[in-house]
Amino acid sequence: MRHLLSTSDLTRDEALLILDTAAELGRVTDRAVKKLPTLRGRTVVNLFFEDSTRTRISFEAAAKRLSADVITFSAKGSSVSKGESLKDTALTLEAMGADAVVVRHHASGAPYRLAHSGWVGCSVVNAGDGTHEHPTQALLDAFTLREHLRELEGRRVVIVGDVLHSRVARSNVALLSTLGAQVTLVAPPTLLPVGVDTWPCAVSYDLDAALEGADAVMMLRVQNERMNAAYFPSTHEYSRRYGLDTRRAALLADGAIVLHPGPMNRGMEISADVADGPRSVIVEQVTNGVSVRMAVLYLVLGARAEDSAGEASAAEAVSA
Amino acid sequence: MRVLLRSARPYGEEPVDVALENGVIAAMAAPGTLPAGDLDVDATGLVLLPGLVDLHTHLREPGREDAETIETGTRAAALGGFTAVHAMANTQPVADTAGVVEMVWRRGVEAGHCDVHPVGAVTVGLAGEHLAELGAMADSAARVRVFSDDGICVSDPVIMRRALEYVKAFDGVIAQHAQEPRLTQGAQMNEGALSGVLGLAGWPAVAEEAIIARDVLLAAHVGSRVHICHLSTAGSVDIVRYAKSRGIDVTAEVTPHHLILTEDLAGTYDPVYKVNPPLRTETDVMAVREGLADGTIDAVATDHAPHAHEDKDCEWAAGAFGMLGLETALSVVVDTMVSHGRLDWRGVADRMSERPARIGRLADQGRPIAVGEPASLVLVDPGASWTVDPGRLASRSRNTPFAGRALPARVVATFLRGRPTVLDGVIA
Repeated sequence: MRHLLSTSDLTRDEALLILDTAAELGRVTDRAVKKLPTLRGRTVVNLFFEDSTRTRISFEAAAKRLSADVITFSAKGSSVSKGESLKDTALTLEAMGADAVVVRHHASGAPYRLAHSGWVGCSVVNAGDGTHEHPTQALLDAFTLREHLRELEGRRVVIVGDVLHSRVARSNVALLSTLGAQVTLVAPPTLLPVGVDTWPCAVSYDLDAALEGADAVMMLRVQNERMNAAYFPSTHEYSRRYGLDTRRAALLADGAIVLHPGPMNRGMEISADVADGPRSVIVEQVTNGVSVRMAVLYLVLGARAEDSAGEASAAEAVSA
Repeated sequence: MRVLLRSARPYGEEPVDVALENGVIAAMAAPGTLPAGDLDVDATGLVLLPGLVDLHTHLREPGREDAETIETGTRAAALGGFTAVHAMANTQPVADTAGVVEMVWRRGVEAGHCDVHPVGAVTVGLAGEHLAELGAMADSAARVRVFSDDGICVSDPVIMRRALEYVKAFDGVIAQHAQEPRLTQGAQMNEGALSGVLGLAGWPAVAEEAIIARDVLLAAHVGSRVHICHLSTAGSVDIVRYAKSRGIDVTAEVTPHHLILTEDLAGTYDPVYKVNPPLRTETDVMAVREGLADGTIDAVATDHAPHAHEDKDCEWAAGAFGMLGLETALSVVVDTMVSHGRLDWRGVADRMSERPARIGRLADQGRPIAVGEPASLVLVDPGASWTVDPGRLASRSRNTPFAGRALPARVVATFLRGRPTVLDGVIA
């Protein structure tokens, strides 16, 4: 795996390899010294053109636990805010010896462009691009689902909210369907993209019906700017029709879980008692995010270097 | 200077010798029967057409001379077989006064590669609020007849109505860039299944079609003529076809790129494929070809839109809209229309020269190939094939979507009122 740009690029075997590797590497988190030497001497650059504290910190922690050198480059107060282009920023970082660039960008396709334009030769990991994809978020969601539900094959997962603008939804629909889950999207029609009927999932406007007997529900954040743009009449009406409260959560199957990629609007798409309730795995998602990102960095960088020196599995890396 | 074209095939038909003298076609006769000229061109096997007329060219001067100048843009035009281009008004400053249009017109005359007819802005500064001095531009040395806020839609229905009415006084035409602005806020590509997957904000067909429908009805109501720029959807073709069947005075153009390229190219996230209106679906491509073949669409217009390298060598959202077109237009039309039997060479002459000249009210362009007519002509090698190399284009910019692509037919020579502007495929 050279880059990670989109979950739709992943075969079932590749996706499972990332998740299994994450499980192995995650064991280091339970140790007193949370560090592996795997990526010693390698440089990972976090290139964040958009504010995202949690994703940035998660990637930083992942790279550091693998002993990589980490350079974080945020748009604010940098040359980017002075009008430097994506290309020039990328060239600068490559000149500093980056082996992998983790990029978060407001433009859909920016990571794809970085990987395919010939500007740089390093690996590119998509940390969220515009309204396109957020593959590591989907991988950590799948990781969390697997921990609770074991097998994803045939499991019913409901994704609720602003699908139109959600990179999380796009990445999850592709990945979960590759892994055999049955995905249902629920949203007001205004927040579903044209052509959603061609996606590998079901679509419903009726949250109660979709939740009945489902194994998991993932609530998407409703961005503030959507609330005033005529996508729906009021936050109150949205919350009533598409919010998750205890009554709705009770419709889920026994043992079902509630996910949210964060940050949450408590009282809007999710009520506080559900967010903090027994089905909620929202905090676990954050922990799992580090493991999954370690696996991704390991596979795009570490595995590549070690391939030539002979196979070294993640399990060996952890026991070393 | 007397020029003799030996054995040229007017409209791809029977070969004749054609003599050009004093700016007009002086004689046409059976091969080998006319005396030699000061310049003899062996046109054996070459198709002779009236010089091409482009209704829609961005020459970028004044203001963005780093992307194109009147000199480089008209060189590209001549090499593409054009003898007249309409220079769009969205320059800096905007061509919304007699002063600016006269400057553009004069620079065109000085360059001398083809006629440059400035398009006047409909509204001051393209702002869509106040009519520009359309009459002053019409009365200027540039004799403007085509008015457009191209790049921006004249979306206010009252302003559009007034513009359509006002230009009747001097037989002008409003060339509408049909794009409902509210339906296309932040739009990046055609709206459909692919835009949803790519996460690029969609540009619905209805945003184009709704404006065209409104404007043909307005034109009918006020008894004026309207021209639709770069129509791109199957629905737009239907609306124009319906309007024409009702006798409404509407004309329409399609770009070469909308005849051949589809939205799939957005999947590369390479802004060289980013254009306004966006590339559409295969269904739309087939519909515009059909519309051009049956005459619903009157003209092929390039929408030649040069952009500086840095405005395309970036992420999709940051990229500028637009593609080069002058040097590849004829080849794309041959590839999509002539090779498939949708148009013959008379059809090409009609859609790329005669009708655009009539729409622009250019008296001495798009004329028949006949003795006494202006000698603005192009010789085309229909059997040639060439591979587009952006570095070898005459345009100052490189943003062609056809880089590396093999295209049929090549312009061999272009003549502007009897004077060669291109010979042997290079600027004369």
